[in-house]
Amino acid sequence: MGSRASTLLREEEIEEIKKETGFSHSQITRLYSRFTSLDKGENGTLSREDFQRIPELAINPLGDRIINAFFPEGEDQVNFRGFMRTLAHFRPIEDNEKSKNSPASEPLNSRTNKLLFAFRLYDLDRDDKISRDELLQVLRMMVGVLEKVDVEQKMSIRFLH
Amino acid sequence: MEDFWTGVLWAVKIWLYLIISLIMIPAMFGFSLGISETYMTILVKTLEWATLKMQKAHAEEQALKASAANGLIQREGGSMEKELGELRASRPKPPVGGDFTLSDCFYFTRRGIESIVEDEVTQRFTSEELVSWNLLTRTNNDFEYISLKLTLVYGLGIFVRYCILAPLRITLACIGLSWLVIGTSAVGLLPNWRIKSWLSEWVHVMCYRICARGLSATIRYHNRENKPQKGGICVANHTTPIDIVILCNDGCYAMVGQVHGGLMGVIQRAMVRSCPHVWFERAEMKDRHLVTKRLKDHVNDKKKLPILIFPEGTCVNNTSVMMFKKGSFEIGGTIYPVAIKYDPKFGDAFWNSSKYSMVSYLLRMMTSWALVCNVWYLPAMHQQEGEDAVQFANRVKSAIAHQGGLVDLQWDGGLKRAKVKDTFKEQQQKKYSSMVVGDDSSSNSD
Repeated sequence: MGSRASTLLREEEIEEIKKETGFSHSQITRLYSRFTSLDKGENGTLSREDFQRIPELAINPLGDRIINAFFPEGEDQVNFRGFMRTLAHFRPIEDNEKSKNSPASEPLNSRTNKLLFAFRLYDLDRDDKISRDELLQVLRMMVGVLEKVDVEQKMSIRFLH
Repeated sequence: MEDFWTGVLWAVKIWLYLIISLIMIPAMFGFSLGISETYMTILVKTLEWATLKMQKAHAEEQALKASAANGLIQREGGSMEKELGELRASRPKPPVGGDFTLSDCFYFTRRGIESIVEDEVTQRFTSEELVSWNLLTRTNNDFEYISLKLTLVYGLGIFVRYCILAPLRITLACIGLSWLVIGTSAVGLLPNWRIKSWLSEWVHVMCYRICARGLSATIRYHNRENKPQKGGICVANHTTPIDIVILCNDGCYAMVGQVHGGLMGVIQRAMVRSCPHVWFERAEMKDRHLVTKRLKDHVNDKKKLPILIFPEGTCVNNTSVMMFKKGSFEIGGTIYPVAIKYDPKFGDAFWNSSKYSMVSYLLRMMTSWALVCNVWYLPAMHQQEGEDAVQFANRVKSAIAHQGGLVDLQWDGGLKRAKVKDTFKEQQQKKYSSMVVGDDSSSNSD
C-alpha cells in the first residue's frame, strides 16, 4: 500500500535521498506528501510564504531564521531534495552510526553539523562569524520589543506639581 | 423502435414506484424496512475481509504503518520553561547580565522544525489519513494489485457505487430538495395557526430523512434525553454542510447563516417562509450588535425552535475541534452541546471547500460507500458566574471534544484562510523574555 505521493517520486530519487540523508523509504514518502501539501503553488518547490503559512511556525520567535536555513544564499525556492537535506540535521544519531568512522563524508545529523546549524541561526550575514550586533539582533527576535516598554516604565518617575 | 421506448418508460416507472414505496414512504413516517441495515452488514463484512487480505500481503509493513498511523514524529511536549530549564541544567550560569544562554535557540529550532514536519493546524484542513485502505481510490492509499479476489471485489464495488447507488442517491437528493422547496413554500402560504408549525416541522424532517437516505446515512443518536429544547442554542462541531441533514433527521432546528446565491439561496428562501430561520445579508453579518440582537430575540421567544450554530465557523476534518467563536456564547440562554463523529472507513465526510465545490463534493459523497456517524447529545450547559464568554466557549468545546473522541485544539479555524496574528508571536516572546529578564528585574539582557 504505497501512498499516492510515492507514485510521483521516482524510485531512484528515493534511493539517492536515502543515501544522502539516512531517512527510511517510508519516512521519505510520508515527508514527500507533507512537502506537496505545503506546496500551494504546486510547482515542486517551497517558497518562504509556503512555510509562513504554518501557524505554529509563524508564531515561533525564531521562525524566520529557521525558514531561512532552508534556503541557500540568494535563492527563494527549495526543492524536495534541499528540504530533506535540512530536515536531516534533526535526525537522531543512532548507535550504529556513531561507531562508523568515515571522515570523508560526515553525515548531516552528526554532532558537528547540528552545532553548525545552530551557529548559522545567529550568523545573519553568513560570514561564518557571529558579531556582537548579530547576537543582539537574534536576541531581540526572541524577546520581542516588550523590554523597551519595560525600561521606559521602570526608568520614569511621575513628577507631581 | 417504439417497443424500445415503451420498455424504457416502463422501466423508469418501475424505478420510481420502487423508490416511492421502499424509500419515500418509510422516510415520511420515519420507520425503516431494514434494507440499509442489510447493506451496512454486508459492507462491514467486505471491508473487514479486505483489510485481512491486505494485512496478510503486507505483514511487516502493516506493523510499521500502525505505529506511524498517529504521527510521523514523536514529540516531547514540555512547556517552554521546563525544556529550557533542562537545556540549561548542564550549562554554567553566565556570571553577569541576564539569564540568556546561546543554547536557548535549540528549543525554538526544534519546535520550528517539528511544526514543519507536522503541525496541528494545516493538517486539520486536509483529509484524514486512514490506517487501512477502504477500497476507495481517492483516499491516501492508492489501488495496488494484491490478489485477484480483491481486485474483483474492488471492481464490483465500483460498479455498485457508480451504476446502482449513485443514480439512486441522486434521484433521492433531487426529490428531497425539490420537495423541501415545494413543501415549505406551500406551508408558508397557510395562516399562522398551530397546525402550521406542526406541518412545517413534518415537511422539514421528512425532506431531511429523504436526503439522508440519499447519502445512505446510518446515524446513531446517543443520550436522546438531552435533545435540544425550544428556546435554546444547539452548538456542534462542524465537518461538512451535511451536518445539518444529520442533526435535522432527529428534530427541527432554526438555522443561522448568511444568505447564499444559487441553489442554496432558493432553498433558504423557501425554508424561511414556513419556519423562522435567521438569515443575514453579507453586510448585516459585519454588524455584530445586530446579529446578537436578532439571535437574542429568537432565543427569548420560547415557542421558537432551538438555534443550530457551528461555532468553529469552518469545516474541520473530523479529527479535532478548533476554537469556538465567542459570539454564540454571548447571546445567553441554555447551550445544548452536540458532538458529531463520522466513521472515515466508509467515506470521507470532510468538505475541503478550498479544493472542491459543493456539487462535486456531494457527488463524491454519493459515490462513497455510506455515511456512518455517531451523534451524542450532551447535557445542557449554562454560563457560570464569573466566567466570560471565551472561557465558557472553551468549556463547551472540551466537553464536545471529550465525548466525540476528538483532539481539543486552541487554534482558530479561520487560519484556514487568514494568517496568524502577530500578538501570538508576541506572547511567545513575552514568555521567553520573562524567563531571561525575570518579571521584576529591570536589568537589560545586553
